[in-house]
Amino acid sequence: MISEFIYMNGYGLYVWSAFAFTLISFTSLYFVTKIHYVKEKKKFESKFGALDFKKAEVARSQIINREILSRTNNI
Amino acid sequence: MKFLFKFLEPNKIFLITSKAPKYVMALFIIVISIGLLEALIFSPEDYKQSHSVRIMYVHVPSAWITLGIFTSMTILSLSGYIFKNKNFFLIAKSFAPSGLVFNIVALVTGSIWGKPTWGTWWAWDARITSMLILALFYFMYLVAWRIYENKDYVLKITTIITLIGIINVPIIKYSVEWWNTLHQPASINVLSKSSIHSSMLFPLLIMTAAFALFSLLIFLMKYNTELIKIKNKGLDRL
Repeated sequence: MISEFIYMNGYGLYVWSAFAFTLISFTSLYFVTKIHYVKEKKKFESKFGALDFKKAEVARSQIINREILSRTNNI
Repeated sequence: MKFLFKFLEPNKIFLITSKAPKYVMALFIIVISIGLLEALIFSPEDYKQSHSVRIMYVHVPSAWITLGIFTSMTILSLSGYIFKNKNFFLIAKSFAPSGLVFNIVALVTGSIWGKPTWGTWWAWDARITSMLILALFYFMYLVAWRIYENKDYVLKITTIITLIGIINVPIIKYSVEWWNTLHQPASINVLSKSSIHSSMLFPLLIMTAAFALFSLLIFLMKYNTELIKIKNKGLDRL
């Protein structure tokens, strides 16, 4: 039963390689995108941390900056 | 229209896009699990192609989505110029990576499907070649964003790339009707009766939904990254 499912009348190699390629492509794209996101977020946090009090207050007045700071790596 | 543009302001949209990925991811996992079960186990084999027909469940949705994304990118780029709203360009840019990956998946899985069906991995036929050309347009679009420093220039160049590339989209669609190709004609028609059986159509639609969710997930992650990148530059200017 299982070997039949894997073999697929001789087409198993083609079917599984097509699905595997799709899965690998999706996984790679997801992790590359996530790595870029985390890198930019860390850059933002370190830049924000280096601001003096007045500049930090100005930056914090923007909703988007507050939102970036409130989010941990939760993608 | 003004309300829509107000909603599309990065400050407002980020409140949604920053929270959405985890929900989209959860939904994607559920839908892809159902889709894979349907595609690999429950759907029947084809009377002619036997089990190799299962490749259709990854090949066709990838092709549909890459075409849909490129069309959306063109509309967004053009809208960016018409309405002078740079956020449209940012949305178009965020769609491009998943569009390119879906295009590559469509080409590679098509090639894998071609070997048992046509006896060859590749043929320079109209459908396959026009899909390869679309991948080149995606590539040029992404490279343009990387190499050009001047913001206005990159917006112009990327819009030109999408406007020239969009000519290729109807060519891809009708290539199987206009020329003699190895590629089979469309089995699914919106306006007329589809030639595909419902037992195969159902898994195909589920897989299409799953792939659409995946492209939405990547779009959201990429869009958030782009917004943070802009905000990083904003902090430098303070």
